Amino acid sequence: MEVYGEKVMDHFRNPRNVGEIEDADGIGRVGNPVCGDIMELYIKVEEGTIVDARFKTFGCGAAIATSSMVTELVKGKKIEEARRITNQAVAQALGGLPPIKMHCSVLAEEALRKALDDYLQKAA
Amino acid sequence: MDNTRKIVYLDHAATTPVDPVVKETMLPYFDEVFGNPSSLNGPGQRAREAVESAREEVASLIGARPEEIIFTSGGTESDNAALKGVALARHREGNHIVTTAVEHHAVLESCRFLEKNGFSVTYLPVDADGIVDPDDVKKALTDKTIIVSVMHANNEVGTIQPIDAIAKIVRPRGIYLHTDAVQSLGHIPVAVHELGVDLLSASGHKFYGPKGVGIIFIRKGAKFASFLHGGDQERRRRASTHNVPGIVGFAKALEIAVAGMNEEAEKITRLRDRLIAGIRERISDVRLNGHPERRLPGNVNCSIAYVEGESLLLNLDMEGIACSTGSACTSSSLEPSHVLSAMGLPPELSHGSLRFSLGRNTAAEEIDYVLAVLPSIVEKLRAISPLYKKKVKAQ
Repeated sequence: MEVYGEKVMDHFRNPRNVGEIEDADGIGRVGNPVCGDIMELYIKVEEGTIVDARFKTFGCGAAIATSSMVTELVKGKKIEEARRITNQAVAQALGGLPPIKMHCSVLAEEALRKALDDYLQKAA
Repeated sequence: MDNTRKIVYLDHAATTPVDPVVKETMLPYFDEVFGNPSSLNGPGQRAREAVESAREEVASLIGARPEEIIFTSGGTESDNAALKGVALARHREGNHIVTTAVEHHAVLESCRFLEKNGFSVTYLPVDADGIVDPDDVKKALTDKTIIVSVMHANNEVGTIQPIDAIAKIVRPRGIYLHTDAVQSLGHIPVAVHELGVDLLSASGHKFYGPKGVGIIFIRKGAKFASFLHGGDQERRRRASTHNVPGIVGFAKALEIAVAGMNEEAEKITRLRDRLIAGIRERISDVRLNGHPERRLPGNVNCSIAYVEGESLLLNLDMEGIACSTGSACTSSSLEPSHVLSAMGLPPELSHGSLRFSLGRNTAAEEIDYVLAVLPSIVEKLRAISPLYKKKVKAQ
């Protein structure tokens, strides 16, 4: 299929970090069945650093690829570094997305933000 | 993917390859018989003869008179011409149009355009199988109704509508009945008098003819306003130099399709039912969309719960299988299929729909290949899906 670039297809074909974290320190759930994308992001944090990230996603090729990429991007990052990851950064790391698929990268950013908020709330 | 591998093409409702005989028949009309049918000279007259004999052939195959056939650029033009042409010609008699929620966009968008221009449109619902109730048509009619447009067979789910029953309600009141037969012509019997329609649209590339050519049947005496003005072609109902190779190809393709229809429909129906049964056997939580029997021979449309259609489609494409989906993710609108929504499917099932449309050359081995590949794709995507997890936990 021509609509997606090589990197998107790679992450779609072999998504990284699929699954859940049983004792996650932060969970971000976004999307709904009506819009066709649901994303769940789990993070494990040790001493302010994200040591593990996993996801589950119901969605199109771009939704699965951006979910996979966001888990890769946050692993090993400090919380404040992770907060600075934008949807553009996710899309860029994938070598770009077709314009109509950019909302999928927004979903990934939102899931990350929610997971981080969830962590900070639990930690407080 | 290995480029030498044969593609399993199961998207015949989108388009079909041109039949080799059709292609051969068309070739002389590109450079040998290239005259303009409107020219009085010899080359022009030879081209005119080809167009007129194609028209006679097409007319006889659908039970119409030659003068009732107009060649167009395809299904979209024919649908536009039917709706707008009748609306314009009859606007003094009334401004009400009745259609259904499951029509092709060529009809729906024409109706929306007319709504912005002083017409009112009733969009009829369908039942869970996608069928329009003729009683609903009856109730929708007013003394302002000028045309009813109901498709013969649906492009997404293959459901065949009771056009003849609708005609019995509509036509005695002097209201025109149009049917979009783009998906049915060449695949199931289409005879304008048996259907009882005043207008009918069809397209060549859906039955192994070329793209860019279609017809509109307009019953003799029916009021119709042309919207392509210019030369005197098509009895002044559609100006524009004839697409001679396309018209010749359309007629040849229809001739071949009608001659082999019974045999072909029987073979394809058998394969269709084998695919439906196989999917149900191998995959849990699958819903067949559309009527189980009153459907096109080649149409399989199913929703696979907890997974999304575009992901399924991409995975199948990587395995060399070409099909389509009603998922929003493949459209720029981000809305799921209007057909599946009208049939009452919840959005998550519309998003997870796949359409396999079988064709003349579809082989049993290809169906078996899909059945071998699809279950593991579904399993892989369900393993990633948060919806499937919830379902497993709930049990």
